[in-house]
Amino acid sequence: MTNPSTRPNPSSATLSEDIVITTENVSIFYGAFQAVRNVYLDIPKNKVVAFIGPSGCGKSTLLRCYNRLNDLIPSARVEGKVTYQNIDLYDPKVDPVEVRRRIGMVFQRPNPFPKSIYENIAFGARVNGYKGDMDELVERSLRGAALWDETKDKLKQSGLALSGGQQQRLCIARTIAIEPEVILMDEPCSALDPISTLRVEDLMHELKQRFTIIIVTHNMQQASRVADYTGFFNAEATEGGSRFGYLVEYDKTESIFNAPKQKATQDYVSGRFG
Amino acid sequence: MTTQSDNVLEDIAPGTFDTEVTSGRKNFGKLMTGLVIGCVVVAILPLGSIIFMLLKNGLSRLFQDFPSVFTELPPPPLVDGGGFSNAIVGTLITCLIGALISLPVGILTAIYTIEFGRGNKLSQFVRFCTNVLSGVPSIIAGLFAYGIVVLTMGNFSAIAGGVALSVLMMPIIIRTAEEGLKSIPSEVRQGLVGIGATNFQGVASVILPATLPFIATGATLALARAAGETAPLLFTALFNQFQARSLKEPIATLSVLIYNFAIAPYKNQNELAWAAALVIVALIMTVSVLSRTLTARKVY
Repeated sequence: MTNPSTRPNPSSATLSEDIVITTENVSIFYGAFQAVRNVYLDIPKNKVVAFIGPSGCGKSTLLRCYNRLNDLIPSARVEGKVTYQNIDLYDPKVDPVEVRRRIGMVFQRPNPFPKSIYENIAFGARVNGYKGDMDELVERSLRGAALWDETKDKLKQSGLALSGGQQQRLCIARTIAIEPEVILMDEPCSALDPISTLRVEDLMHELKQRFTIIIVTHNMQQASRVADYTGFFNAEATEGGSRFGYLVEYDKTESIFNAPKQKATQDYVSGRFG
Repeated sequence: MTTQSDNVLEDIAPGTFDTEVTSGRKNFGKLMTGLVIGCVVVAILPLGSIIFMLLKNGLSRLFQDFPSVFTELPPPPLVDGGGFSNAIVGTLITCLIGALISLPVGILTAIYTIEFGRGNKLSQFVRFCTNVLSGVPSIIAGLFAYGIVVLTMGNFSAIAGGVALSVLMMPIIIRTAEEGLKSIPSEVRQGLVGIGATNFQGVASVILPATLPFIATGATLALARAAGETAPLLFTALFNQFQARSLKEPIATLSVLIYNFAIAPYKNQNELAWAAALVIVALIMTVSVLSRTLTARKVY
């Protein structure tokens, strides 16, 4: 296998849509350890983009660099250029809090706040300076996350009392309440049962009318069901024995699954490894 | 390898299943169980005997012409009756001052070490200092307050007593607050960051409210500890035969009253010391039970 850093840029050429996020030659380090190497990747507006690949290939790490969540890890360092609306996200003048208001995130494990269902949604809106009708926003957000019918009679109950799938939809409602432009989802269904997973996937189809979604998933069927574009990441060992992740191929989802250009992608999507 | 394992146990011959445990093993088990029960009894004995002695010697004085003990001032020598109302008030006031100092400082310290300085040099140093502080003898805390408050203000006072107690309360509050903050899953912190909350918004509206049961527990434990302290009050709050008229005056406390009256050569004073001891133990037990119920209401 050739060295991936010398391989021609596998992305961008295929995209002819409005681009909301660009990733140019991005490498991410934890201390001296390189987790992600030389990624070029553009995110089109109002589409669902899936990142797939085996564990430890850096897809979650890359996802977290889009809302500067890696800032929370003191040793993490991003090289290269990530732009959102043509603004370099890692410019020292950019306030990471402001970035996260524009680029929301849904996490792997549902993490509602220890507050009422109503407050879970109102809190996010309030910290972002929302001044409008809060009741209306809560209802709209819960409807948007397909959770309104189940919770409209118990808005004062703790968000922690909901089932796992409901909690995850509450977290999605909380995210869409702050009206971000992009929603990052880090394996949002990995802790959910198949029925809850289906509901969240249905939701994604609706949400992409209004938001751009980037989803990391281990589940290839899920990627093929929800994503317009798919990026396949793989990990490779260096001479020193440590592993780094890189983007192997990025294309329309049908192409990735039906006519991959790289052999590694072919092997992965056909279930031969990973 | 196989030859060794063959010899570990004897072969079980068919038809030799015996439900009787060999008497040696059985007796050893009984002996150990007895030993454990004996240790438990020894452990409970001091508390039981203390409470028994307090009830025996203090109860009658407490309810003899009730409620004079709670309303009257300590009597002069060789005078009957009297009470220790000033000491009850004094204990509450010094503990309150101690809490007012140690709670904000302790909680904010814990927020720094867990939320913002997790693992860095400063927070490790603070941790170390907290551990050392919790092991400092209480009389040293009294000396500290004597040095910085009594000497600068020029006299013994309730404030000095409160400062001395706050030094003892601080490590307890810091530690329980830290435990509370650590119990909050990191996913919640990520969620807060993910919705664009600033550090202040996240800590003030979500993290701290979820930590409240722990902080309440820490506060009550610290109060229970402070209420019983004598040594740090001896040369800070000193004692007062009367109600203190301001916080800058010496003030009576239950623990110092017990210390003074227990060694006094008068029967009435000795009886009052027993009654005061009963009151203070009842107070501490109530506070401890309260802290138990507060901890039961955990969020996570």
